[in-house]
Amino acid sequence: MSFHPNDLARRARGASWMLVLLFVVLLGAFFRTQVLRNSEYALKSESNRLREVPLPAPRGIIYDRNEQIIAENVPGYSVSMLSPAPDSLRASLRRLSKLIPLSTDQIESSVRRFSRAPTRPTVVLSDAPFDVISVLEEHRVEFPGLIIQSAPKRYYPDGEAVASFVGYTGEITETELSQSEFESYKAGQQIGKGGLEKQYEKQLRGQEGVRFVEVDARGRVVREAGARQDLLPLAAPSLHTNIDLDLQRYAASLFGDSLQGGVIALDPISGGVLALHSAPSFDPNRFIGGIPAEYWKQLNTDPRRPLYNKVIQGRYPPASTFKLATAALALSDKVATLDTHMPQACTGGYQFGNRYFRCWDRKGHGDISLARALEVSCDTYFYQLGLKLGLTRLIAGGVRLGFDKRSGIDLPGEVIPIYPYGEDYYNKRYGPRGWSSAVTLNLAIGQGENDQTVVNMARFYTALATDGLAARPEIARNDDDRSRTRVVQLSDRELKGLRNAMKNVVSERGTAASARIQDIVLAGKTGTAQNAHDATRDHAWFVGFAPADDPKIVVSVMLEFGEHGYYAARVASKIIERYLKGPQALASGMPTALAGPAPSDTVR
Amino acid sequence: MMRRRVVTADLPLIGVALALSLFGIAMVYSAGQTDVPTIAGRAWMSQIRWLIVALVAAFFVSRASVRLIEWLTWPAFLFTIALLVITLLFGTGAGTAASVKGWLTIGGVRLGQPAELAKITVVLMLARILGERREPPRSILELWKPALIVLIPWVLIMAQPDLGTGIAFVGIFFAMLYWSGVPWPLLVLIASPAVSLLLAFNTTYWGAWFLLLIALVVKYRPYLVEGVGLMLANVAMGVVAPLLWERLAPYQRHRLLVFLDPSIDPRASGWHVIQSQVAIGSGGWLGKGWTEGTQKRLAFLPAQHTDFIYAVVGEELGFIGVTVTLALFLFLLLRVIRVAARANDGFSSLVAFGLASSWLVHIVVNIGMTLNLMPITGIPLPFFSYGGSFLLASWLSIGILVRISSEGRGGRFGELAI
Repeated sequence: MSFHPNDLARRARGASWMLVLLFVVLLGAFFRTQVLRNSEYALKSESNRLREVPLPAPRGIIYDRNEQIIAENVPGYSVSMLSPAPDSLRASLRRLSKLIPLSTDQIESSVRRFSRAPTRPTVVLSDAPFDVISVLEEHRVEFPGLIIQSAPKRYYPDGEAVASFVGYTGEITETELSQSEFESYKAGQQIGKGGLEKQYEKQLRGQEGVRFVEVDARGRVVREAGARQDLLPLAAPSLHTNIDLDLQRYAASLFGDSLQGGVIALDPISGGVLALHSAPSFDPNRFIGGIPAEYWKQLNTDPRRPLYNKVIQGRYPPASTFKLATAALALSDKVATLDTHMPQACTGGYQFGNRYFRCWDRKGHGDISLARALEVSCDTYFYQLGLKLGLTRLIAGGVRLGFDKRSGIDLPGEVIPIYPYGEDYYNKRYGPRGWSSAVTLNLAIGQGENDQTVVNMARFYTALATDGLAARPEIARNDDDRSRTRVVQLSDRELKGLRNAMKNVVSERGTAASARIQDIVLAGKTGTAQNAHDATRDHAWFVGFAPADDPKIVVSVMLEFGEHGYYAARVASKIIERYLKGPQALASGMPTALAGPAPSDTVR
Repeated sequence: MMRRRVVTADLPLIGVALALSLFGIAMVYSAGQTDVPTIAGRAWMSQIRWLIVALVAAFFVSRASVRLIEWLTWPAFLFTIALLVITLLFGTGAGTAASVKGWLTIGGVRLGQPAELAKITVVLMLARILGERREPPRSILELWKPALIVLIPWVLIMAQPDLGTGIAFVGIFFAMLYWSGVPWPLLVLIASPAVSLLLAFNTTYWGAWFLLLIALVVKYRPYLVEGVGLMLANVAMGVVAPLLWERLAPYQRHRLLVFLDPSIDPRASGWHVIQSQVAIGSGGWLGKGWTEGTQKRLAFLPAQHTDFIYAVVGEELGFIGVTVTLALFLFLLLRVIRVAARANDGFSSLVAFGLASSWLVHIVVNIGMTLNLMPITGIPLPFFSYGGSFLLASWLSIGILVRISSEGRGGRFGELAI
């Protein structure tokens, strides 16, 4: 009998045990999921639920040497959007573009940002004007993923006047994001794009904070606050610089709109950069929050190349400013003293083989000493001095003086000057028979295969202004590193002799007579560089320092198409006067100085 | 003194069923508490109304004699088949529990899901057929009648298609065969071709299974024809399986693959089970607190008041809550087995065991699904999942069980303690 109670009891026992076993297995599965793997799932549940809204950290403030502000942060607003998928983001932004100005390009770049970091709110506008914000606030309920927050915005009170060294900030690009250097960055963040902002990005960046908002499965923001304790952003420490903002403004004003070129002013002892300006400049404030397309186009099509830093990126033949290098090498190699005369007096040129090398002054300078040759910048003298030194020593000496290396200024993008590393340089460039020792003559007067940056010339003159040592030019104030390296191997007496010659350059008997300053003894050297692009409009150089006997400032000026070195000398002397005398001493501005009588001679 | 017929109510059984129902309503209420309101928001009120209806219905059923029920079995079964046919022809879909065409609607009013009724009538019908036998079936051919009784409604329900209920029928069928005394080796042999089909994708597993079957055949010694036939069927399944796999539509294959590894499709097919596991796993020991589950509240959990309600239990009440509910279910099932063991006659006993097995399949498949131990089939959890038909059917079952219990031997402390 299959339904006898005993049979049933037996089957019931079997069934019950099976049942208990089954439930124990189920309970075990729950134990595994809920207890053993709890932390893993708890984390997943939290990341499901919470979206981290980054709170941008204010960048470090940049100060000049007198605690004046060069770069600061002002309140701004950013608009971002939380979305579950690129398509829904695109759809939301299309709807948004009916309310606020939002181009298709902006929408597409937002979608690209989203694909980089889908769980972060996608930045739509990193710097939205207030009227846009108020429109959005009105329609907030229609856009559940919309996040509007205040975001510190970079501001440069002096705009164009400081752009050359401070740079600007901008959104990190996709290319940068894929570089290991920017590992810790996320799409939509702002980074330094040039100048100090880029050079000191690590220091200026600050630490982003996090606000947690709660979202539902469709990415809609359900709760704005209290989902979890916010992490406040940490402001970055300030950056103190050697810049003298007053001098910087003045230097920029000297260039104005009419002059183009570059200037750098250094403290000869510390190497601290007092001013650095490249003209024409650009307004870094317009770069913040995305560069307007037409402004970007304008900057890029301007033949004067405002985005190109003429102080550290421009390479120009140093011309006569290089004669100090030739002279210094002749002195240190004991080839000549300051009183040495050359075999051939200057009659307006020099015959070398079958070629005639002109002196800039057709009238000739006569039989003169090295000191006098510097004052009047006699080419004939330096052709012979170069030959006496020989190409090998001239090249090796130039390398020793650092003309083949960057100055090491703390700015990104400094180019390496062009200077031959040896005779092989010419062999490689022109072929073993393609050149003659005539190159020596050109090299000796700062022409030929010799292109220098404004900053590198300033570095060399720093050594002449002091005891032959030069510090690395530095914009940021760095109290730890004050190391100076020997550049020029000359005795104090020889250096003094060179300085005397440079003093005379800026005197009634020199080439920069019109750059004299009342009560201040200025020393320096003009240069007029042949322009590879326009033979009629030479580049004008002046590198000098003051006071000549105890230099407090070294200035290197290069005016593109400046034509005459003494124009550059006047710009330099104005800057020096302003720095040494202070603003009140300068009643008359640049225009009068530049309007002075032009010398009858052309100046090298 | 008036003599009254006294129905001794099986209080533990009623108590545990009531406890589960109230617990369930609390969870349905919680499932409706989402940040963005959903249709689940008011489900708990409707569930309470259905519970009241179900309790009244259960009371009346418990007043009905088991003989009356037995007498009604045939008409009820035929009626069910008719309803299933009508549903298949005129039924409406988009039910909340499963997107199947399982609803019977008249004039826009949804009357219910006949499949729920079918679960009970098939149990009754099987009990009648199996209960009539003097000896348990010894060969497969003897099983044609019960097989046919299950097969007809099974085909009708699978055509809806309602895979979950289909699985329940298979479970009920085997459980009731076991209870009627069919030896377990025979059950294994009957089930073997299906197992072969699944194992065919791994030659080693399939080979091991085949050797096991040979051992079983040698030991159990079924009729020669049947034994050879079964072995051939197993071989055939092993051969056919890869071909069948090729014949499956891409989406069907995808579904099976997602069951094996939900992470291959986390946004679409895998979403339900991943989010359900996250909900349960994040509950920990004590859970996030009743109505506080974030997975549920923020709509990460799908079908949170119906098929995935147990994920809400896991998330909000934690491992402790899971243990308590599993204990309640276990107690319910053990209690029903006890009723079955003490029943007066074969029919009553089989009905009780059949109802228990139906619940067991629902519980295991539904809860297993929330942990990805079972594929997603859209099968509700008894007493918990929101849904009137199923709650009513469950309480009708309780009513029948109470009656069987009161007519059975012993009492609370009978000689057949198990």
